Amino acid sequence: MSTTTEKLLAVTGNQAVAMAMKQLDPDVVAAYPITPQTDVVQTFSQYVADGVVKAEFVTVESEHSAMSACIGSAAAGARTMTATSSAGFALMWEVVYVAASLRLPIIMTTVNRALSGPINIHCDHSDSMGGRDSGWIQIYNEDAQEAYDATVMSFPIAEHADVRLPLMNMYDGFIISGAIGPLRPLSDETVKAFAGEQPVVRTLLKPEEPITVGPFDGLHGWYFEHKIAQNRAMEAALPIIQDTYDRFAEVSGRQYHHLMQYDMEDADVAIVVIGSAAGTARTVIKTLRDEGIKAGLIKIRTFRPFPTEEMARALSGVKAVAVLDRADSFGAQGGPLYLEVLAALYQKGVHTKTVNCIYGLGGRDLYPRNIEDVYRMLADAADGGDLPHSRVYLNMKGE
Amino acid sequence: MATKLSPKEYIKRPDHLTGGHRLCAGCGAGIVLRQVLMGAKDNPVVISNATGCLEVSTTIYPYTAWKDSFIHSAFENAAATISGVEAAYKSLLRQGKVQSDKPYKFLSVGGDGGSYDIGLQALSGALERGHDIVVLCYDNGAYMNTGFQRSAATPFGAWTTTSPDGKVRPGKTQQRKNLTRIAVAHGIPYVAQASPHNFRDLISKAEVAFDTPGPAFLNVLSPCPRGWRSADPDGMKLAKMMVQSCFWPLYEVVDGRYTINYDPKDRKIPIRDWMEQQGRFKHLFKPQFAYMIDEAQAYVDSEWDRLKSMTTLPGGGEA
Repeated sequence: MSTTTEKLLAVTGNQAVAMAMKQLDPDVVAAYPITPQTDVVQTFSQYVADGVVKAEFVTVESEHSAMSACIGSAAAGARTMTATSSAGFALMWEVVYVAASLRLPIIMTTVNRALSGPINIHCDHSDSMGGRDSGWIQIYNEDAQEAYDATVMSFPIAEHADVRLPLMNMYDGFIISGAIGPLRPLSDETVKAFAGEQPVVRTLLKPEEPITVGPFDGLHGWYFEHKIAQNRAMEAALPIIQDTYDRFAEVSGRQYHHLMQYDMEDADVAIVVIGSAAGTARTVIKTLRDEGIKAGLIKIRTFRPFPTEEMARALSGVKAVAVLDRADSFGAQGGPLYLEVLAALYQKGVHTKTVNCIYGLGGRDLYPRNIEDVYRMLADAADGGDLPHSRVYLNMKGE
Repeated sequence: MATKLSPKEYIKRPDHLTGGHRLCAGCGAGIVLRQVLMGAKDNPVVISNATGCLEVSTTIYPYTAWKDSFIHSAFENAAATISGVEAAYKSLLRQGKVQSDKPYKFLSVGGDGGSYDIGLQALSGALERGHDIVVLCYDNGAYMNTGFQRSAATPFGAWTTTSPDGKVRPGKTQQRKNLTRIAVAHGIPYVAQASPHNFRDLISKAEVAFDTPGPAFLNVLSPCPRGWRSADPDGMKLAKMMVQSCFWPLYEVVDGRYTINYDPKDRKIPIRDWMEQQGRFKHLFKPQFAYMIDEAQAYVDSEWDRLKSMTTLPGGGEA
C-alpha cells in the first residue's frame, strides 16, 4: 500500500496543520482567530465553505468560549479540535484545566507566541509553557512536517482508554507557522486509517443512559483522587505516545521519539532545546565537530508527560549541558525546561555541569553564532572551567 | 404565542429534575427548572449549567438530581458549552452517529450573575450564532451562592454584602441592567420573561422556547429567601406581587413583536408593598433613604410605560 503521497509540497506550518485537520475530518471545530494561528482556522473555514469536511464549525466569540464549546462537544462524543496562540491560550486558561479534568480528548494546536505585556506577536513559548501543569499532553514540533505528523497522531494518543486526556501540539509562531517549508503529507486513506474511529465512551447524547458531567466535588469528596487519576493517566501516556510514534513510523517512514537526539553517542557537550531552534543548532554542530568539539543536541518533542528517565540517560555521559529556554519562570532557578532537566538529572544521580540560556523571547532572533558561543562555553566547562549559575541571555541588546 | 394547558395536563409530563436536591427551603431555582423542563415534554434534554446554587445543589458528587444529561464546566461559559453540545449533536446526527427516537433539546442555565454579568459574552455569542438552544436565566437578583453579592440584576436600593447600606450609602445605587431587552436586540425568534408563581404562563413559554427552531431566551424571576431576607414560604407570593407591580412584567417577544401577557391596569400595586416584606430593602424605610423608594418606583413606572409602547406600532413620524 502506498501510504505517502508522491508529492513534496511547499507549505507553511499553519497550512500543514490545516491539511492534517482536513484529513482527520473531525466532527466539530470551535475556534477564534488570533495571530499567528489565524490561518489554521481560516483555511479550515474554507474547507467547510467548500463542503470538503463534515465538521460543524463553531465560530465562537472568544477563546474562552472556544475551549468551552470544545468541552461541550467532546463530552457529547464528537471528535473535537481547536487552535490558538498566546493571549488566546491565556484567556482559555480556566477551561483548559477543566478540559483535562473532565478527561476529554480534545486536540488543540497552539502556535507559540509571546504573552503580553508588552504586547508582542512573535514567537516564544511562554503561552504553552504556562499551561504545562494543566493536565494536557504537550508535544512540541520543530517544523511543518513534525506539526503535521503530530496532528495526525493526536487522536489515538488522546483517546486511548488508559489516557483520555486532551493533547496540544505546538510549533513556533511565524518561524514555522508562517514560513514555507517542505511537507510530505500522507494520503487521506492513510491518515483516516491511522486515526481510526473514536472508541465508544459514555457521552451526553445517549437517551437511555443520561450522564452528569462536571459535578460539584467541593464537600470533602473525591477531588484529590480525581487529581491523582489525572497524573496516573499522564504516566500511562508516556509509553502509549512512544507506541504511537512507532506505529506512525511504519506508515510514514518517519520515526519519532520523546527526545530526538543528534550526535549524542560520543558527545562531551550538549544543548537541550525545543522547537525550531533545533534546526539552527544542528547546523552549528557540523562546524564545531569539524573543529574537534564533540557537540550533541537533544530536541524535546514530548514535554508532558516529561520523559525523565530518557533525559537523564541521554545526558549521563555528557560533561556539560546547556538548556535553552524560550520562556522564563521569573524568580525560579531558570526557565521551565531547565527546571525539568535539572530535576531529571538530580533524581537519576547524573552529575553534569549545567547552565540555563534564555533566548528568543518575543521573537528575538537566535543566530548560529549565539549557539556557537554556548557550545564554546560548554567546551570550556568540559575542560574544567565553570558555568554561570545565573541565566545566560542569548542575543541580548547592548552586549 | 404560548398556549396554556391545564395543571392536570402539565402534571402528566415527566419530571426532568428529581426531588432530593439540596437547594434551600423556599428556593425558586428548583421550581423554575422543573417548570421550564416540563416545557421540553418527554424529549431528552442536555442541560448546561453555570456554576452557582443550582449546580452545586443538584450535582454533589457522586450524586445527581438530573434525569437528563447535564454538564457543568465553569461559571461564565454555560451558553458556550451548550453551543458545543448542540454543534456535536448536529454533526453526529448528520453522520448517523446519534440514535434517539425523539429530538434532543438543549438548555443553558445560569443565575443572574452567570447571565447578566460574567456570562453575558458567552450568552450573547450563543444567541448570535443561532444555535438551536434555550438559554435560561433564573434571576434572584444577586450572587446568592457566594453569599449575596450585588449583580447587574440586583434591584435599585437593595442591600447585598457588596452593596450594603450604611451611614451614608443607601444600598445599591444603580438601576438594573435589562437583560431581556439585550436578548431581544439579538433578533432571535423567541424571548420571554416569566415568573414561577404563574406556572402555566412559564411552562407554556418554555414549551414555545424549546419548540422554536434557533435560539430562545427565557428570563425568569426566582425568589431567594436567604438573599431577599424573606420568609421561606413567601417566595411565590412575593414573585406575584413583583409582577403585579410591573417590576417584573410578564411578556414575550416573538420575531421582534412584543406581547404583554399580564397588565394589571388600575390594580398595579406600588413596589413598596413587596419591598417591605424583604429584609434587603429594610433600610429604605428609614427616613433618610425614603427617596430611594420614590426613585425606584419612578424607574419601574417609566420602564413599564416603555414596554407598553413597544406593543403598538404607532406609524407615521419623521425619517
